Amino acid sequence: MTTSDRRPVLLDFEKPLVELEARITQIRELAEENDVDVSEQIWKLEERAAQLRQEIFHSLTPAQQLQVARHPRRPSTLDYIQAISDDWLELHGDRTTGMDDPAIVGGVARLAGRPVMMLGQQKGRDTKDNITRNFGMAHPGGYRKAMRLMEHANRFGMPILTFIDTPAAYPGVEAERLGQGEAIAYNLREMFRLEVPIICTVIGEGGSGGALGIGVGDRLMMFEHSVYCVAPPEACAAIIWRDASKAPQAAEALKLTATDLKHLDIIDQVIPEPLGGAHAHPVKAAESLKQVLLENLSELLQMTHQQRRELRYQKFRNIGVFMEMSA
Amino acid sequence: MSLFDWFANRRKSGPISKERQEREIADGLWSKCPSCSVMAYTKDLQANQMVCLECGHHIRIYSNERVQQLVDAGTWKPLDENLRPMDPLKFRDRKSYADRLREMQDKTGLVDAVLTGIGQLEGLPIALGVMDFRFMGGSMGSVVGEKLTRLIERATRERLPVIIVCASGGARMQEGLLSLMQMAKISGALERHREAKLLYVPVLTHPTTGGVIASFAMLGDIILAEPQATVGFAGRRVVEQTLREKLPDDFQTSEYMLKHGFVDAVIPRPQLKKTLAQLIQLHQPYNHAPSHFVHVPDALPLQTMSPD
Repeated sequence: MTTSDRRPVLLDFEKPLVELEARITQIRELAEENDVDVSEQIWKLEERAAQLRQEIFHSLTPAQQLQVARHPRRPSTLDYIQAISDDWLELHGDRTTGMDDPAIVGGVARLAGRPVMMLGQQKGRDTKDNITRNFGMAHPGGYRKAMRLMEHANRFGMPILTFIDTPAAYPGVEAERLGQGEAIAYNLREMFRLEVPIICTVIGEGGSGGALGIGVGDRLMMFEHSVYCVAPPEACAAIIWRDASKAPQAAEALKLTATDLKHLDIIDQVIPEPLGGAHAHPVKAAESLKQVLLENLSELLQMTHQQRRELRYQKFRNIGVFMEMSA
Repeated sequence: MSLFDWFANRRKSGPISKERQEREIADGLWSKCPSCSVMAYTKDLQANQMVCLECGHHIRIYSNERVQQLVDAGTWKPLDENLRPMDPLKFRDRKSYADRLREMQDKTGLVDAVLTGIGQLEGLPIALGVMDFRFMGGSMGSVVGEKLTRLIERATRERLPVIIVCASGGARMQEGLLSLMQMAKISGALERHREAKLLYVPVLTHPTTGGVIASFAMLGDIILAEPQATVGFAGRRVVEQTLREKLPDDFQTSEYMLKHGFVDAVIPRPQLKKTLAQLIQLHQPYNHAPSHFVHVPDALPLQTMSPD
């Protein structure tokens, strides 16, 4: 799951921290070579580094959050599935369009012994991988595969866990011809009908209808540094400012961070990430995910399927901010 | 009157006559088709429901005109007119969203981008929602979501068919994720309406794109569209930019959607009301032995036709 053999990917705001850490290593090496005891100084410097990390990650701007959410080393759907479950078997195909969409993966597994259906958008690790995965942007076939797997789970009483990580549904001629709008719309309606528990978690980037197409659940979770927005900030900037380079302003205005969305009562829970982001300690991030999923699942499993469907309906029914004038 | 006075009077009356001239144009006795540029007498155009008599172009109409065209006179009962949009994100681009809303409301006389209500269509009770492209591109925010959801919920309770005339660029950016979630909210209400075995017919008009096409516009039991309307998920420019290639001319039109199986029929505006009435009647519970199935002996007309 870790990719320590590869060169780390640095975000701009991480630079002072990484420089400090490099210097600590340098001093330690020098001290060892010359047989000088500097452990106290090193201890101080390390404390400073930890403090700096905390400062940086506790005051990320929305644009920086977006960078963390899109970090190429950030754990992906398959990373999390493999880290939290046993007996995972990936299933393929939507049985209609005659192809398998690699941008959405799904399959059966055991979570703490219980059979579950897990699915989500899959981004690639590098350029080659990303081209195969289409940067996590699904075609209609991807959404239909997801629906086929969810129907399957519903028949066999398996809870559904979805993982959201996509900039958007793919905009292309082929996607339009095969009915991108219809595929997403169908999922939105049918997910309200399913009787098994559904928990949706935004693990990285939740972008527009492409995210919502697997995002109707009893519980909606977000990782601390993930984002969820109505349109990718670049697209929003192009629409509203008519200038895609205004993306940082758009990220600010859209209120796309987990904290903001919790305040707006759209999401139910924020899953804390290890300091430095999920990409810094993927195993720790997977552990907190598993714990949160299990807690919520046990609550949902105590309800009847009618109660869960009502809960899901009311959850979305109550989203919206407007004023009702007295007549 | 001296020549001087005459000039002074003329100067005074000048602007008035100019104003009168302008009003005559604004009255719109004649209208120009935006597609073929042919001038038509506005009353003729209105009688043809704003469809160009020359080229058949469907000129954009406002939500109130659409209600008049579809609902029987005197039966329209608007719902939830007291809902007003707010600015929950304190969204600001070149202008604040709050200011933008106020300007739009002043300019259009609408409070948001949808009208909803109950009425009769050729005597058949219906729940009708009509989106209005004038109001921020018909974009869907909390008010649009709430009004349509309430309409559908009421239709489910009162066992009414739902018709939604769509015209929208998609979700409203200025309300952020709240807008996106309206897609799910409306779809959830439609799921219950569907479960009650009731009929829902969306009518796709120019343009129906983005979050609207990816939710209630594509969830109809039967989906109708107006000719030549832009209907698609991603905007044409977005697709062109992504692929850097020229797109087919009919790409993302009603006709394209018909050809690819996502729309049941493309219906010209003057036939829309009749078609909707026909569909609703065909989906009413079948009543055994209705009057027109009573056998009429065919001897009678023959007798009357026989020459004296």
